[in-house]
Amino acid sequence: MEQVVETHVLEEILDKNGRNKSSIISILQDIQEKYRYIPKEVFSYLAEKLDMSTAKIYGVATFYENFSLEAKGRYIIKICDGTACHVRKSIPILETLYKELKLSKEKITTDDLLFTVETVSCLGACGLAPVVTVNDKVYGAMTPDKTIALLNELREEVKHAENEK
Amino acid sequence: MRAEFMMIDDIPVEIQGEKNVLELIRKAGIDLPTFCYYSELSVYGACRLCVVENKWGGIEASCSTIPKAGMEVYTNTPRLRKYRKMILELILANHCRDCTTCEKSGTCKLQELAMRFGIKEVRFENTKKDLPMDTSSCCIVRDETKCILCGDCVRMCDEVQNVGAIDFVHRGSEMRIGTAFHQCMAKSNCVGCGQCAAVCPTGAIVVKNDTASIWKELGDPQAKVVVQIAPAVRVAIDEALGQKNGKNVMGKIVAVLRRMGFNEIFDTSTGADLTVLEETNEFLKRLEKNERLPLFTSCCPAWIKYAENKHPDLLQNISTCRSPMEMFGAVLKEHYKHSNKRVVVVAIMPCTAKKAEAARDEFKVEGTPYVDYVLTTQELIQMVRESGLVFDEMEPEAVDMPFGAPSGAGVIFGVTGGVTEAVIRRVADDKSINMLRTLAFKGVRGMEGVKETSIPFGEQTLHIAVVSGLANAEVLIQQIKSGEKHYDLIEVMACPGGCIGGAGQPFADREQKAKRGQGLYETDRMSSIKRAEENPVILSLYQGLLKGKVHELLHVEYKGKGQKS
Repeated sequence: MEQVVETHVLEEILDKNGRNKSSIISILQDIQEKYRYIPKEVFSYLAEKLDMSTAKIYGVATFYENFSLEAKGRYIIKICDGTACHVRKSIPILETLYKELKLSKEKITTDDLLFTVETVSCLGACGLAPVVTVNDKVYGAMTPDKTIALLNELREEVKHAENEK
Repeated sequence: MRAEFMMIDDIPVEIQGEKNVLELIRKAGIDLPTFCYYSELSVYGACRLCVVENKWGGIEASCSTIPKAGMEVYTNTPRLRKYRKMILELILANHCRDCTTCEKSGTCKLQELAMRFGIKEVRFENTKKDLPMDTSSCCIVRDETKCILCGDCVRMCDEVQNVGAIDFVHRGSEMRIGTAFHQCMAKSNCVGCGQCAAVCPTGAIVVKNDTASIWKELGDPQAKVVVQIAPAVRVAIDEALGQKNGKNVMGKIVAVLRRMGFNEIFDTSTGADLTVLEETNEFLKRLEKNERLPLFTSCCPAWIKYAENKHPDLLQNISTCRSPMEMFGAVLKEHYKHSNKRVVVVAIMPCTAKKAEAARDEFKVEGTPYVDYVLTTQELIQMVRESGLVFDEMEPEAVDMPFGAPSGAGVIFGVTGGVTEAVIRRVADDKSINMLRTLAFKGVRGMEGVKETSIPFGEQTLHIAVVSGLANAEVLIQQIKSGEKHYDLIEVMACPGGCIGGAGQPFADREQKAKRGQGLYETDRMSSIKRAEENPVILSLYQGLLKGKVHELLHVEYKGKGQKS
């Protein structure tokens, strides 16, 4: 799916960051926040406006794990696999998610672009282990069953939103 | 001021403004190995081969250490030798080791250092990745399995050429050198200058080799193989085949080419003479009308590509003259058009971008290019070696008629400032020998990246700039656009030092490039014809072959993006 990138959005982001090439990381962060990933089309645009090469920007975008060059789902589910979460059985939760959403370590986003599943190494909420976040909302003391319920809840939410349209 | 010293292997060495300890060590006669250090690029400190041990047993990279009085370092301790060997072994662990079939074999730094350090076995498993070669560009071939991530190519492309076609992408063990989204080189903004290949210590980036096609043509009795040799080739080829003194060995090149079976042999400087006349006419016309100034020179195909990519608005300021190679290519094809054989025009160039220039649509008639093949100096060296002919023992011979000897002005095209000097000789009212002598000291000669001069012209003064290295050109363009600087004529050559420093030449440092330049100026001094317009061959061309065809054969209009590199 081609993401439609609007010039005025990029211009706003560039203005906010002072159109400065040394701000490339925060510019990419803002773009990712807007589109949930960094669309391919922005590279040549940024290269021209910031007088940088596309290869350099690509180098920055691929250096940081946090940047994604692939479209992500509406719900980004992060499952913590830090030490505390791991010993309190985070892996069965991850496996449940993979099975339910037909995803894997390589394929992390569903075809309908609803869900993306990622692992993180610590969310800093070890007291609530095992922890899952959905678009930065934290769900503590998770189990595989609770995860299925959470997924259903999210699917309902989508249906609801679509009916209202 | 008192002299300051530091101790290198217990020997005092005077510090004379060296930028880093490495340069001081090399000055002291120790050839400390490096992969990632080039004095003209920024210091990167990645390869760690230049490490030295200080008196407290600390280990530091000498390339990124500033020399200070009283410093004491050791360059050859058991620990350092162990580390260097380990580094080489680790590099070899994920490196392709098929040396015999590698294009770089014999000139590869990794091969050389493995030999120097006596690496007889690599203790680690070979984890070479299976990555495809990128042969899409006409100029260079990339083989990532031979990359050691020294970053020389990246810094060259960015710092010296301001192109940035390639960079480090991904991270850690996944790190590679690549274009954005791993597009092939042909689709990137690469200008084809090949300087990345010139600094690549291994075979990861090499100049595309077209020698096989030439041997095939030479063996075809139906083909008439006509060859032209660029000015810069004659002062560099001997570095690999004989002496390193930068002397002109054109006669030997002609002799060796004839022995190899080339049918007609000419000098691209004749094409340069045509360029001088055409470009001067164009310059004077533009001056008269005061339009599309400054006039940028158009001899360098990497510069043309750069302008197309980054400054399409400047294309109208670039001279419509074809490069000397293309002018002469068109003249040769025209001259031999009634030949009963298939005419093949080969150009021997110091340049990789010329390969892409020859393949451009603008220089083809019904799909047939004016110049069929471009060989770099390095490829010619390989062909000479393959032929078994002993270059050093060749008796010099002269080029063929009807194009004969060029003027001295055409020969100096090979060095930065040469085009400008040739044009000034034509424009200047004063045609005396003294004028030529003073001109040599007017600031157009020398290896500096940016040179400026002004000469009187009638009532006016002409302001002229000479740049080599595209990053230098970029600075100048910005100064012109901001109104800070004003020029009438600007000579741009992509490679530092001009064509003599082209990526198709044997690798040379600044000093060696200066020697090559001197070699060309010496040839100019020894030429009886100093000015292009005095060359009788050129005069007869205008009265004959070129009559009514000047525009068709000698000029071109670059339309902008969309051309392959």
